[in-house]
Amino acid sequence: MAAEWRTRVADALANQRTRANIGRALDGLVAKRRAAFPDRDELERLRDQGQAIRTQALACLPDLLAALERNCTANGIRVHWAETCDQANRRISDILHRHEARMLIKGKSMVSEELGLNAFLEAQGIEVVETDLGELIVQLAEERPFHILAPAIHKDRRQIAELFKARFPELPYSEDAEALTATARRLLREKFRGAVAGLTGVNFAVAETGTLALVENEGNGRMCTTVPKVHIAVTGIEKVIARLDQLPTLLTLLTRSATGQPITTYVNLVGAPRRTGELDGPQEVHLILLDNGRSRICADPELRTTLRCIRCGACLNHCPVYVRLGGHAYGTVYPGPIGGILEPQLQGLAAAGSLVDASSLCGACDEICPVRIPIPRLLNRLRAEGVGAGSDSQVPGRGSRRDPRQTAIWRLWAWLHADPGRYRLLSSLLSRTGTLIPRLIRPWTKSRRPPRLAPKGLHRLAREAGFTDD
Amino acid sequence: MRKPDAVYFFGTCLIDLLYPQAGLSAMRLLARAGIRVRYPQGQTCCGQPAYNSGYRDQARVVAAAQLDALPADIPVVVPSASCAGMFRVHYPRLFAGTPDEARAQALAGRVYEFTEFLVRVLDLRPVAPGPPLAVVLHNSCSAHRELGVADAARELLDRLANVRVLEPDHADECCGFGGTFAVKEPQLSAAMAADKTAAVAATGAPLLVGQDCGCLMNLEGTFRRRGSGPQVKHIAELVWERVVVNI
Ligand code: SF4
Repeated sequence: MAAEWRTRVADALANQRTRANIGRALDGLVAKRRAAFPDRDELERLRDQGQAIRTQALACLPDLLAALERNCTANGIRVHWAETCDQANRRISDILHRHEARMLIKGKSMVSEELGLNAFLEAQGIEVVETDLGELIVQLAEERPFHILAPAIHKDRRQIAELFKARFPELPYSEDAEALTATARRLLREKFRGAVAGLTGVNFAVAETGTLALVENEGNGRMCTTVPKVHIAVTGIEKVIARLDQLPTLLTLLTRSATGQPITTYVNLVGAPRRTGELDGPQEVHLILLDNGRSRICADPELRTTLRCIRCGACLNHCPVYVRLGGHAYGTVYPGPIGGILEPQLQGLAAAGSLVDASSLCGACDEICPVRIPIPRLLNRLRAEGVGAGSDSQVPGRGSRRDPRQTAIWRLWAWLHADPGRYRLLSSLLSRTGTLIPRLIRPWTKSRRPPRLAPKGLHRLAREAGFTDD
Repeated sequence: MRKPDAVYFFGTCLIDLLYPQAGLSAMRLLARAGIRVRYPQGQTCCGQPAYNSGYRDQARVVAAAQLDALPADIPVVVPSASCAGMFRVHYPRLFAGTPDEARAQALAGRVYEFTEFLVRVLDLRPVAPGPPLAVVLHNSCSAHRELGVADAARELLDRLANVRVLEPDHADECCGFGGTFAVKEPQLSAAMAADKTAAVAATGAPLLVGQDCGCLMNLEGTFRRRGSGPQVKHIAELVWERVVVNI
C-alpha cells in the first residue's frame, strides 16, 4: 500500500497540466471565498454558530434521527436505514426494481460515491446517468470525482472538448463552454424525460420538520427531485440538524465557503411526495440513511468532530498538499484534509492510513473550516492511533501502522532526549560523525543541500557567553 | 504583561545543533533589552517530532525533561513558533490526566515566541539604522495560524530603519517542512518547497528571514541545491546585526 501511495504521489506531481489546472481553479475559489467573507467578525460569529449547531446535533444524534424518521414518515417520505454500503445499495436497487426502472438519473452525491452505487447498479444492468455537469464529465471520462464539490475541476476546456468529441463523434468539435454545456443539456433533457427514478444527496436533513435541503447551481438537482416518479435521497446519518431555523446559517456558511456565493441558484427543500391535487413532484420519496461507521466515529468525543463536516470543500481548496496532488492520488472517495481524517476512520487505518501522513499540519484547513473541525489535531490523533499509541479507541486498524524500525528509532530518540547528559553525548557524537547525517535523512537531501552541523552548539556557546541558569 | 527581570531561553534542538548563532543573537538582544537570560543546560527538545509522528509516550518522556529544566515561574522565550506552539498548545493535551498536567499547563501559560516577546511584551524599538535592505519574511504556519503571532515578526521588521519587507506570492502557504513530513513525504515536501522558493526568489530580495529554523533549513537547503537564491537567516540574527552595527 505504501508503495502504491508513493507511485500515485509521484505520478500526480509529475502531471504538470493537471497541476496547472487545479492550481488556477483553486486559487479562484480561494479568492471567491475570501471576497464572500469581507467582515472577519461576522465570519467568526457565523463559524461559532455553525460549529454550535453541528455540535449540538451530533450530541443528540440518536434522538434527532428518531425525530427525523418520525417527521419524514408523517410527511410521506419513506425512511430506510442502512448500516453498511451494501445494505444501502440493495435498498436502492430494490426500489428501482419495484418500479421497473432501467435507468437512474443522479444529482451530485458524494455518499453515492462512498456506496460505489454506480458500479453496483450497472452490474445489474441499470443505466446510471450523472446529471451534474462536472459529474457527467467525470462519468464520460470513466474517472471518479476529483473534488467533492467540483468533480471535474482538474480538466481544462480543451480536455473536456476532446472528451466530448471522443464520446459523441457525430457532434461538431467545439471548445466553447456554452456549446459544450448545450450539448450536455440536450443529452440530459432526453434522459430526464424518460426517467422513472432520480437520486440525489442531501445537504441537511431537518429533524423537526422532516425536510431535506439540497443546494445546487444547475437545476439538475431540482429536475432529479421533481421530474421522475420516484425520488431517492441518500445521505449519511450525520447530516441531520435539529431545526429549520438553523438552516440559513449553515447554508450561507456552506455556499460562501465553497464557491463564494451568498446563496446557490437553486435551494431545494424536499418536504413530501406529491399530494393529491398537486400538479408536480414525485409520487414516492425515499430517504436512505447510511451509517457505514459513522455511529462508531460519533461515539468518540474527539473524533466525533469529524462528523460536523458540511462538505463545503474549502479545506481542499486551501490545502497545499491537495492543490499539488489533486483528488485522485489519494485513492479514496473523499480526498484532501477532510478525506485525511474521514477515510482512515471509515475504511480503517490499514487501508487508508497513508492519508494521515500526507499533511504538513500547516493548519490552513483548520483556519477556514466553517464548522471549525480541528483537522490537524485529528490527524495527529489518527497518527497516534496508527502506531497504537492512542487510548483504547475503536478506530479500525488501530496499531496497523506500527513498524518495528520506526518504533525503535523513536525509542532511541526519546532515550537520548530525555536526559541532558545523553543529549550532550548525542550532539558531540553528531558533530564528530556529521557526514553520516545526509545518509540518515536521505529523502530530505534529494532536493535540498543537507544542513551543516555547527562546530559548537548553542549549549556551549551560551555557556561561553555567560548565559547560565542562575 | 509587565517587563520581567529574567526569562528562560529555550533554544530548540534545531538551533542548538544547526543554527546556534540564531539562538545567541536572540539571547543577546534580550540581554541588551535589560533582561537576565537564563539558559538551562538541561534543555533538549520540546518533543514535537515524536508527538507529530504519533509517538506520544516517547514525546511525553522528552517533554517531561523540559518541564524539569524550566521550573521557575518566569517567561520562557522560544526562538521558534513551532516549538512555542508545542509548549503552549500541545503540552496541556499531551499531559492531560497525568501527574504533570498542572506543570504542563503552567508552562504553557508562560511561553512566548521570540518576536512576540520582543514586540508585545518588551515593546522593543531597536535603534538600528543600517543600509537599505529588502527582505522577505517567511512566517511559519505555527506563527501565523497556531499562535497568531506572525504580525509581531512583521512589526519588528517594520521597526527597523531602512528595511523594506517584500511579500511573495502565496505568502501564507506552508513551505513544505512540517517536521517529519519532509522526510516521510519527501516528494510532496519538495514540491511545496520548490514553489515557495520560486515565489521568494521572484521578489528579488537578497535576504529571507523567518521565526522558525525548520522552515529556514528547508528553504535554504532548496535554494543551495539549486545554487541560487537569497541569503537565509533567523530574524533574530538580522535584528542583532543591525543593533550591533549601531554601537
Ligand atoms: S472539513 Fe470543514 S472545510 Fe472541509 S469540507 Fe468539511 S466543513 Fe468544509
